[in-house]
Amino acid sequence: MKCFIGIDLGSTTTKAVVMNENQEIIGRGITNSRSNYDTASAVSKQEAMIDTRFTLLRNNLDDNEKLRDNQDVFLHDLERNFRREQFVEQLDDLQNTCLSNAEGERFDDVRSVLTQVLSDVFDKLRHESLALYAKGATRKSDFFRDIAGGRFLSLSEEISKEAGINYDFALNVYDKSIIQVENRPPAGNLEGKFLNGLKNLTRESPELGIRFEDVQDPVKKALAVELEETFVVGTGYGRVRLPFPKEHIRSEILCHGLGAHMMYAGTRTVLDIGGQDTKAIQVDPNGVVDNFQMNDRCAAGCGRYLGYIADEMNMGLHELGPIAMKSTKAVKINSTCTVFAGAELRDRLALGEKREDILAGLHRSIILRAMSIIARSGGISDQFTFTGGVAKNEAAVKALRELVKENYGDVTINIDPESIYTGALGGAEFARRAVMEA
Amino acid sequence: MNAPQRKPSTDVQKDASMAKQKAMIDGNFDRLGNVKNTGEKVSYTFVPGNLNELIMCFDMVGNYPEINAIQNGLRKKSGGMIMEAEKWGHSEDVCTYVKADIGMMRKGNIGPTGQPIPEPDILMLSYTGCYTFLKWFELLRHDYKCETAMLHVPYTGDGVITKAMTDYVVKQLKEEVIPKYEKVSGVKFDIDRLRENLAHSAKAEDDFVWVLESAKNKPSPIDAYFGGIYYIGPIFTAFRGTDLAVDYYKTLREEIEERIRKGQGPITPEGEMKNEKYRIVTEGPPNYTSMREFWKMFYDEGAVVVASTYTKVGGTYDFGFRHDPSRPLESLAEYCMHCYTNRNLPERTRMLETYINDYEADGLLINSIKSCNSFAAGELMMMREVEKRTGKPAAFVETDLVDPRYFSAANVKNRLESYFQMIDQKRRAGA
Amino acid sequence: MATREEITNRCQALYDDLDFTAARTWKEAKPGRHVIGYLPMYVPREIIHAAGMMPLGILGGGDQLEVIQGDAYYQSYICRIPRSTIELLLTNRLDFVDGMLFPSICDVIRNLSGMWKLLRPDVYAHYFDVPQNYMKDVGGEFYIHELNVLKEDLEKISGNKVTNDALKNSIELYNENRRLTRELYKFRADKPWLAPSSEVYLINRAGMVIPVEDHNILIKDYIEAARQEDRPKRDNSRVVISGSFCEQPPINLIKSIEMSGCYVVDDDYMLVNRWFTKPVPTDGDPIQALSYTFLEASVKMPSCFEPNEDIKGQFLVDLVRENNAEGVIFAAASFCDPALLERPILQDVLNQVDIPHVSFKYAENTGQMQPIREQAGTFADSIKLWS
Repeated sequence: MKCFIGIDLGSTTTKAVVMNENQEIIGRGITNSRSNYDTASAVSKQEAMIDTRFTLLRNNLDDNEKLRDNQDVFLHDLERNFRREQFVEQLDDLQNTCLSNAEGERFDDVRSVLTQVLSDVFDKLRHESLALYAKGATRKSDFFRDIAGGRFLSLSEEISKEAGINYDFALNVYDKSIIQVENRPPAGNLEGKFLNGLKNLTRESPELGIRFEDVQDPVKKALAVELEETFVVGTGYGRVRLPFPKEHIRSEILCHGLGAHMMYAGTRTVLDIGGQDTKAIQVDPNGVVDNFQMNDRCAAGCGRYLGYIADEMNMGLHELGPIAMKSTKAVKINSTCTVFAGAELRDRLALGEKREDILAGLHRSIILRAMSIIARSGGISDQFTFTGGVAKNEAAVKALRELVKENYGDVTINIDPESIYTGALGGAEFARRAVMEA
Repeated sequence: MNAPQRKPSTDVQKDASMAKQKAMIDGNFDRLGNVKNTGEKVSYTFVPGNLNELIMCFDMVGNYPEINAIQNGLRKKSGGMIMEAEKWGHSEDVCTYVKADIGMMRKGNIGPTGQPIPEPDILMLSYTGCYTFLKWFELLRHDYKCETAMLHVPYTGDGVITKAMTDYVVKQLKEEVIPKYEKVSGVKFDIDRLRENLAHSAKAEDDFVWVLESAKNKPSPIDAYFGGIYYIGPIFTAFRGTDLAVDYYKTLREEIEERIRKGQGPITPEGEMKNEKYRIVTEGPPNYTSMREFWKMFYDEGAVVVASTYTKVGGTYDFGFRHDPSRPLESLAEYCMHCYTNRNLPERTRMLETYINDYEADGLLINSIKSCNSFAAGELMMMREVEKRTGKPAAFVETDLVDPRYFSAANVKNRLESYFQMIDQKRRAGA
Repeated sequence: MATREEITNRCQALYDDLDFTAARTWKEAKPGRHVIGYLPMYVPREIIHAAGMMPLGILGGGDQLEVIQGDAYYQSYICRIPRSTIELLLTNRLDFVDGMLFPSICDVIRNLSGMWKLLRPDVYAHYFDVPQNYMKDVGGEFYIHELNVLKEDLEKISGNKVTNDALKNSIELYNENRRLTRELYKFRADKPWLAPSSEVYLINRAGMVIPVEDHNILIKDYIEAARQEDRPKRDNSRVVISGSFCEQPPINLIKSIEMSGCYVVDDDYMLVNRWFTKPVPTDGDPIQALSYTFLEASVKMPSCFEPNEDIKGQFLVDLVRENNAEGVIFAAASFCDPALLERPILQDVLNQVDIPHVSFKYAENTGQMQPIREQAGTFADSIKLWS
């Protein structure tokens, strides 16, 4: 089948969307943007293709009477098991890479102990993966580096100590190896991973009453569909170095405008707050960009501003919003400068202001900057769509709703939970048009 | 057989004006570098509202600190000079032309060509359209302790030049500027000599305007921003009022006439731009430290600048002004007041609107310069107004004149490409 | 008579009021009244007053105004006063103002005059140029012409003829206002513990937004009340503030400087209220008197050219000496061209006579005071060590 793919290379994450001929989204994939854009694109694309397989499978299972009401549980469990297979595969890759990096001269004196340490660490990691991907378990991230990295470091510290070698050796080997693994295009053999996952699933959940034989056909059928990469459009901030030919590249502004239009056809104004930039885009009824403005050279008002504040307060980025929501009193934060905001924050804390009130003020401050960029692009006249990573932050959304109302009255505000894919969605639609409307 | 024979001849033609231009600019640096031997007196002054024809009456050689900063920027020398000035207490917030100049001075006053820049005998502070000029020469005067002539050119805040304004400038020429020049140079002012120089100016100005307006052709034979920077060189500086300038603009005009006959696009650093896809009007100065890279972002996309306001900082000749030998001092006064940044925002907006319409442009690009508040303050307002009046889209990028720290290639390219694609998409939607 | 506290509370309320209620009330009190706004530096308020109008000083939006629209019009590398001023305009806080004057202080304020024309084509917006040539028959003549143009424009808006008598009367009132302002400064310089800078500042700010007649009484009352009070004297260093003539520091910053151990004995906040160093004569042609006094007796500040290199920056040395100050704090608004370009010259002049100085930048909405307190405090301590 024809697949139209949009890939959005962002400063922190890379997103891919797969669209079919009927303009339906059939797959989404995301990965962390690494130093290597080729790999980031390849990984996000593969993830979106895997997601597409699940969509196909879901369609194939629609009238499978063996599953009856268990279809959602089944698909969810299958994906979990598939992810574990994928995780173990990457662990194996990381282990092999570590071992080969341990061949270096500087490890001559400790090699035998080090190899043993590494083997022990990876055995434990593989064992832990069962719990990590067990039913109901939550993972702090979907990215391999985040999940494996932290555990590797604590396990190797412990095991090195027991083995009587300096922890730095394992650390050194890991640092070198993780970059290599991360920048290697993902391995193939999807079918093997799906079927292994399926086997695990039937083993671990006998209560579902699903037998491998009953479901392997629809799975194989979904895997057998040939997914043709009909047309790929790339976009995003890293676009200057996108691994695509020029005619396959569209500006992120155009992609975001079109993507927002695809999600909400009534959209006239789009605000996207990403890690490194903020953009306000005006689109016409067909999703064609009429005008756009981006933040100026200064990073204030971008997602990074919140990241900086999180660092200053020694907190996780995702913790900021919930704390700010507890605020009962508005504290005005004046510094538009990211660096000064940190100083002002400490000043306010020293003055005895509450953390939640200061954070609420900071969220309002970032949205104030965005409001100016919106005003610069022509303001808000009708449906307004908010996208990007910051759209997931409830305190930012609250501040935005207040300020939009104060400045433009009652307008419809659209926020899609999948809004991080807006640019990739626009890209996919450009890809579809390039072929279907050529 | 014809083509290969003709090709070298067009190359020679292309080179004729460019070589001439380069020789002229270099010649002035030679002259400045040689004053120890020639004994010529040196006058420093600014580009906008300069009194070159008058200064020539006193046999003085002109040094243009802005040009030095530009030339140092093009040669990637300005960054170190700016940091040098900041080391001496100059704020990171202020104009980098000033800091490049002061940094150059602090580092021994070796000019962009490697020749020494002599100390001024007189600072001609033509305070035209830029507040920073005033402080710049106070700063230089503080170091050089030399004679300084101040010419206050009233800003056209209400969009008109009144008789009182002209009288004020003429009186300053008579009572402040000319006496000081006579004193410093030892040469008596001769108004007939001034008239002669002004006649040369007017002649060159006619050809210069013709060159700028040639961009109304499709395809445009010139780039009126990146290319325009070379074209304005002689007439905005030490050569206005000379035979050399008359000759240069005549040659340039002939070359462009030839390009129009052949239906050729502008010459870029990578040869002729073949496919004119977008016609753009620009507001604001360029960036000099990464000019090649900046220009490439245009011609790679098939974008040509058909009109720019930057090429009007040394006079808005295309709106009719000419130096007039029959009214020598009055026309110098009016020239000063006509410079682009001495015009109020409604007038500047009107100019941009006119350019977009007359040059059939696809839109407006503003290159907002951190250093230059005279240009930059209000540009976002102008942008909105021009969009509203013309219905053509505008885009906004930010760089600096000669501070390499303020040119972010990825950032600028991202916006430019988005902009060009937006024009393209709109065109398709409209078709 | 009002107490010191009552007076300063009144001034604080005027300072906080971003809707300019006092000026609105004045205007509404009688039909046919008009208000003319002006930005920092200098405008001849006498002419506005003589046309039966009220001059209204607009010094930005301070640290309490949330700027959204204003930011849409300005790049990040431009100071804050124009953006908050635009915000005041676009949030209708200046809808009662019948005309605006933009003094020739810098390119940003100059261009703001054009923005006003584009944003409010129906409101009088005038760039008010002052001469940079100080010869009577050159700059003086030009300026007389400019003053007459302004006078005629204001006559048209107000419908009132500006007679010579009216103008002389207004000059007297403003001569008195300048005299009282200087008296207040002298009082503070003599006994800074009795007149804290933040209070003096608020008294002066009040003069921007209330009628001059009212303000003259207010200054007198304050000096009188402050003189009678007994307030503790602290072991502070005596400093002069330089560079704050346009965008104003937030009141908390002014307080912070004093709290960190500095008595401010002179400053250049809103110079319009003491622009002339001597009274404008009222015995001849008043327009000519305004013009010539401008040429001969204006305060020195960076937006005005100094024709004589020998005395460039000397005014600051004089201010230090006349006020027995021990050092200078250069406090400039971020991106303020006049203040920041002038600063290296002034620093050099101070260095030559061994007057210590320190520099920092602020914005009208600066929120973090800690770095400023630290710098001013360290400076105050070091002055004591040196002396």
